Amino acid sequence: MLKHRLIPCVLLKDWQLVKSIQFDSYRTIGHPTTTVRVYNARNVDELIVLDIDASLKNEEINTEIISDMADECFMPLTIGGGIDSIDHIYQVLEAGADKISINSKAIENQTFINEAAKIFGSQCIVCSIDAKKIDNQYRVYNKKLGVLDIDPLTLAREYESKGAGEILLTSVDNEGTQKGYNLELLHLFKDKLQIPIIINGGMGKPGHGVDAIKNGADALAAAYIFHFSQYTPAQIKEELYKFNISVRMAFNN
Amino acid sequence: MLSDNIIAIIDYKMGNLRSVEKAFKKIGANVVITNEYSVIKNADKIVLPGVGAFKEGMENLRQLALIDLLNKEILENKKIFLGICLGMQLIGSKSYEVEETKGLGWISGESVKFNSKTLKVPHVGWNNISYTNKNVLFDNIPDQTDFYFVHSYYFKSEAEYDSSLTNYGVDFVSSVNRKNIFGCQFHPEKSQKYGLEILTNFANLKS
Repeated sequence: MLKHRLIPCVLLKDWQLVKSIQFDSYRTIGHPTTTVRVYNARNVDELIVLDIDASLKNEEINTEIISDMADECFMPLTIGGGIDSIDHIYQVLEAGADKISINSKAIENQTFINEAAKIFGSQCIVCSIDAKKIDNQYRVYNKKLGVLDIDPLTLAREYESKGAGEILLTSVDNEGTQKGYNLELLHLFKDKLQIPIIINGGMGKPGHGVDAIKNGADALAAAYIFHFSQYTPAQIKEELYKFNISVRMAFNN
Repeated sequence: MLSDNIIAIIDYKMGNLRSVEKAFKKIGANVVITNEYSVIKNADKIVLPGVGAFKEGMENLRQLALIDLLNKEILENKKIFLGICLGMQLIGSKSYEVEETKGLGWISGESVKFNSKTLKVPHVGWNNISYTNKNVLFDNIPDQTDFYFVHSYYFKSEAEYDSSLTNYGVDFVSSVNRKNIFGCQFHPEKSQKYGLEILTNFANLKS
């Protein structure tokens, strides 16, 4: 049986891994390679790293750090942050990433997804959508462009039709709050896509993961819980398992 | 101690070679990424990884003049071979991805698409394998272990060479073995402890 995945989703900033709070302030997690080594030993199922220096300051994505992290990452590694050309994707994959996450470029130009999926395959292309509730409606949010008059589900469907392999759906309102995933947002997406949805933003305890999966999430992304709570990945999975959610149980290494 | 065999990872421009190389390096194997005739001839073992479309994969092998060389090294010289993901599908007879395309044909079987009307496609994530005819690459690995998969087409074959099955809507072949030829649909290089165990078993196989 296919398992629901538990995925740390962290940010790369000034050569450190950090986690953000509602896309605004940052808390340091630690050194990239050390952190990846710990994740690997603790059997998390995948890892997503978004290079915010690259996306916000228009710096070149840091392939040196990506390569160092990939040396220790024997699980799928998704890299994102300002990726806006096919050449960029080549560089990131060459450094050892398995998938790439696209956000701003996809909003700007959807045919880029098409092009990328044709060359690298859909399995390689994760499209990231940040959603924010404005006047009782969900709208696509972009750190550089602000709130856009775009419906997140409509955008996700377009991405899917262009060849995206997965959707990383982040609730800006819930991100960093530890109050739980945004189930209302998730509910809008339930059974609407043929590709997996990775929900992100708000996991503070294992029960939040149970709620998200029951509301249609295929995989759970989180950061806070792995670093600033008492729960280990194994404990989170045990809790999910108690609620009949299929997870890959951790092994004793 | 790990065997000092030279393992050649075939570079045919079909993705994720670096991950496979990093995993072999982690276990201390002597590994080289190449598509050069002399390096492949000189290698003790051959790995064909790959992510992407079947037709493009065969096309690239043809353009790099690797098909005859691989046939000779694997079928005649009996070098130990591991096909990973697309690399396993390519050793089958054919695939229906994009259009019907002939494969290397070392193991009879064909690649067909998962039913995207009833399933989320690609099949991506960790899923367990059930041994049907456990082969030596799975030494020290328990039945029902989870491995990382990511693929939209699956291998359908005569049961003769199946090593394990995995369920995703259908029971599909998740690993194969015929003499010196091994294949796995999942990614051992991305399957943590037990994935690296498979690569170690491969590196230690005696020719």
